[in-house]
Amino acid sequence: MPETFILIPGRTSKQGCGISEGKFKENYQSEINVVQVAPQDMQRLGLSDGDRVRLTSPSGRIEVAVTAARGDELPPGLLFIAYGDMSSRLMGGDTHGSGMPTSKGLDVELEKIG
Amino acid sequence: MSLFKISGGTVYDPANGVDGQVRDIWISEGRIVDAPADPQVRPERMLDAAGLVVMPGGIDMHCHIAGPKVNMARKMRPEEKRQAEPVRRTPRTHSGTMGSVPSTFATGYKYAGLGYTTAFDAAIPPLSARHAHEEFADTPCIDKGFYVLMGNNHYVMKSIEQNEPEKLKAFVAWLLAAAKGFAPKLVNPGGVEVWKSRQAGNVSGLDETVASFNVTPRQIIRGVAQAADDLKLPHSVHIHSNMLGMPGNWATTLDTMQSLEGHRGHLTHIQFHSYGGGEGDENTFNSKVQPLVDYVNQHKNITVDVGQVLFGKTTSMTGDGPLGYYLSNVYKSKWFSGDTEMEAGCGIAPIEYRNKSLVHSLQWAIGLEWYLLMEDPWRVVMSTDHPNGGSFLAYPQIVRLLMDRTWRQEMLKTVNPLVRQRSQLADLDREYSLSEICIITRAAPARILGLAHKGHLGPGADADITIYTPDENKETMFELPRYVIKAGEVIVEQGEIREPVYGKTLHVSPEFDPGIEPDIADWFEKYYSIRFRNYPVTADYMHTSREVACGKEG
Amino acid sequence: MSTLIEQPAAETAADSLKIVEDATCTFCGCVCDDITLKVQGDEIVEAKSACVLGKAWFLNHSVEHRPVCLVDGQPASLEQGVERAARILAGATYPIIYGLSDTTCEAQRVAVSIGDWIGGNVDTTTSVCHGPSGMAFQGVGEVTCTLGEIRNRGDLIIFWGSNPAESHPRHFTKYSLTPKGMFLPRGRKDRTCVLVDVRKTKSANAADIFLQIKPRKDFEALWTLRALAKGVELDPAGVEADTGVPLSSWQDLMTRMKAARFGVLLFGMGLTMTRGKHLNSEALLALTRDMNAHTRFVAKPMRGHGNVTGADNVVSWRTGYPFGVNLSRGYPRFNPGEYTTADTLARGEADAAMIIASDPMSNFSQPAREHLAKIPYIALDPKETPTTRQAAVAFTTATYGINTPGTVYRMDDVPIPLRPAFESPYPSDYDVLSALETRVRELKAVSLRA
Repeated sequence: MPETFILIPGRTSKQGCGISEGKFKENYQSEINVVQVAPQDMQRLGLSDGDRVRLTSPSGRIEVAVTAARGDELPPGLLFIAYGDMSSRLMGGDTHGSGMPTSKGLDVELEKIG
Repeated sequence: MSLFKISGGTVYDPANGVDGQVRDIWISEGRIVDAPADPQVRPERMLDAAGLVVMPGGIDMHCHIAGPKVNMARKMRPEEKRQAEPVRRTPRTHSGTMGSVPSTFATGYKYAGLGYTTAFDAAIPPLSARHAHEEFADTPCIDKGFYVLMGNNHYVMKSIEQNEPEKLKAFVAWLLAAAKGFAPKLVNPGGVEVWKSRQAGNVSGLDETVASFNVTPRQIIRGVAQAADDLKLPHSVHIHSNMLGMPGNWATTLDTMQSLEGHRGHLTHIQFHSYGGGEGDENTFNSKVQPLVDYVNQHKNITVDVGQVLFGKTTSMTGDGPLGYYLSNVYKSKWFSGDTEMEAGCGIAPIEYRNKSLVHSLQWAIGLEWYLLMEDPWRVVMSTDHPNGGSFLAYPQIVRLLMDRTWRQEMLKTVNPLVRQRSQLADLDREYSLSEICIITRAAPARILGLAHKGHLGPGADADITIYTPDENKETMFELPRYVIKAGEVIVEQGEIREPVYGKTLHVSPEFDPGIEPDIADWFEKYYSIRFRNYPVTADYMHTSREVACGKEG
Repeated sequence: MSTLIEQPAAETAADSLKIVEDATCTFCGCVCDDITLKVQGDEIVEAKSACVLGKAWFLNHSVEHRPVCLVDGQPASLEQGVERAARILAGATYPIIYGLSDTTCEAQRVAVSIGDWIGGNVDTTTSVCHGPSGMAFQGVGEVTCTLGEIRNRGDLIIFWGSNPAESHPRHFTKYSLTPKGMFLPRGRKDRTCVLVDVRKTKSANAADIFLQIKPRKDFEALWTLRALAKGVELDPAGVEADTGVPLSSWQDLMTRMKAARFGVLLFGMGLTMTRGKHLNSEALLALTRDMNAHTRFVAKPMRGHGNVTGADNVVSWRTGYPFGVNLSRGYPRFNPGEYTTADTLARGEADAAMIIASDPMSNFSQPAREHLAKIPYIALDPKETPTTRQAAVAFTTATYGINTPGTVYRMDDVPIPLRPAFESPYPSDYDVLSALETRVRELKAVSLRA
């Protein structure tokens, strides 16, 4: 059963370094293709590091790996992903008159693959 | 060597004693030259100016047209630009926007269209000097320069506190050269530093000690004025006095004049500093131009520009941080404040001058009193402190107010009637002559700025020339020149840009003892957030420039 | 323009070492100008004082051997590329120019000229960064200062929706937390640091107080503080339900804010990218203004790209508006949401584009990317990106600050010069754009002296 989360895309050191190293390089690609999940949510949903999940927003769908967020970085109910190609696929095209698509705090459904 | 002749115009060149005589003017390589000795010599180009009035190009010696503060004001006020007449691109010109703070290209085109060929931005923090130069490179048609804010500079205050006038002098020189600026500027000396240090902070007079520094505004004014004179800078210290806009501030202004102790000093937008009345009490607000004019008339070391207020909406922008706070509270408007480390402050707020308001009507009248009461037109300069009192585009209206007393009296009837009791404007029947207008808009500012090559039409002068079609209505005459010539090129015909030239940046590079640099560097690295080495503006930021020599006696 | 002295042949060997002092890092908005670079040939081998992002920036921009230009994916000469690009732009009905935040002001100026001559849009990455803060600024203004003021005076530092530990790593040590300032002789001990965010980011380690608010409730939280600043009584249960933080914590924060001598609110894209956007930024700017009735307080957006602030400045001084500018009527018009690139692409309006130093093919919404892929566009970038791969004309350009001189504006609008480390075989953005502008002027019959 898919469950609704709030997704926060954001910058990370690795993602920042990856831009300089090259967007087609392994470091960058691995960083932007992993979603962080609160440990409590991981446990509850029976997820382990490296499991693949499908994230679906009203505007798009991606498949990424999961990893448990460190310590108490993420409260339950929130997901974090490094800003990039994957996170942007979940954004809508509408900017609500601001020029800025809603790029943080996106409602997404998370579903384990397989 | 190609020759260009402007023939048969009625020439006004007060610096050379020419007052409305028909003369030819010869130009070669961007400069005015003597008529060729051989009467057979024919010019390659000729412009028939018969029946037209010929003057040197106008010089705005105090305006805000470039740099961080001006650009913040542009960003902040889209609502004004949308209502203004668009500046459309043409095959010869870039597009732009107007409102009280035009974009850079629009600024250049509009000054040129008005017959002004030189303008000085009055307040640049040296940390942002590079920004001002970058905007200048995008401001066509006019020569330009800027004054360097130093009235709240920590090194300046420290040198004064430690009673080291030689160090101060060397620093003033170093700072002008590092910024590639033109003159030292004081804005609310000491007051901006206090503004940074506490809520609604300011100084109230010349003898209040500045927080954290054991110095007073009086010492700052006196010290920098002396340094400017010792360095023989072309322009004196340029002073925005303390207490701008406050009722009763005339006493501080008089104090400021006296604190110069005989050194040269230019008191800018003097209108805003000539108010009587009790502190914070609008009911007692009145004109105190007379006692100030009396002092200036008797002291030749002092020059002023007016900072005329015109009715309408505009944007207030100032290096005077506490003033911006005050105005935004008065107008309940949006407010920008920006403090620059170690150096300066900044305040911006949209404002409106209403002719029903007693205070605004008095400000309008006080500005006019200054023009009409000054005996010596060579020491008073036309300005609106653009855009603070109004746009530079209002200069033709001021010309008419000064040349046409009947119209002036008509205008006086439309403002708050109490102005008749609180100022003597109604009793002043002086009318400016064309020659006097020529003085206060070009010849005098050139002389006050120490620009020997501007403000006149003698041999050697820059061929910056404005040609007007005479008209009974002087506003009509001055708002649309027939031709404007910049460095020998016709750049404007009847308001339309013909051949855009870019103009030069004017700056000074006074000599100083290089032994001071390690001391400046030590201080700098300790407190600034950029590296000392990355602070001075290098020559590659100067698109085309002219260094104005120091050393001539003021 | 180069100040490099020609090296005698013997010294061009790989062991010739050059030191560049006080070089400027342009990776993020901190624009640190105190980097010492060790340069070996066309490679930077050490970047002293740089943070992890800065090191990655300097050490990964050696010369890559790619064609200077690709036209429809095929190698082409610079001249061929310029010709094709000029014809695309000059022939379009609704061309757009976008990016610009990772190049010099000198290049940005030329790009705006091109926008003027072709009557297109000029928009920068500001529109998807702090564009909403720019709109908020137009609503209420801003009380701010340069970073040196924060360093010398800031005794209460609040980061809101910003994670400098990962996005601006040297902000703490260079400007905001640890430096000993003129009026803060003990440095970090003289400052209190507060972090407000929806997740406990790595920046929380640097903070004395962490307030974890509910996602998408920044506006409510900021208005709670505005109410407390004005002494309005609030319902504790309601505040906690709305913001996720007890009223007592907000009251404690407000007490500290009023007691501070020089308070600072540094805010990030946690505000601008979240529901509310410009209203969030406006609430924060208004709160800062409110606080000046009690003490000195300033705010500053944490700008991301190295010269995004320069882009705002250049576009503003040339057109009067900071981003999202349309020039198709022959004069500048401004309307975020209409002329901003996320919109012109997602709505399928633009019929040609020029992307300068930006990667919308990675960062834009799906409908925006799909439309961009359908229209001819030009890309300028030192690196290969998803955007350069699909461009009709892709120019490989020199890296600003590493190969080319010029000017950038730090996040606090302080202009800083660049000290290039080594010459690139590729042209700078400025060079390519200048050639393109000359050709566009010819095609559009614009005088070369304008």
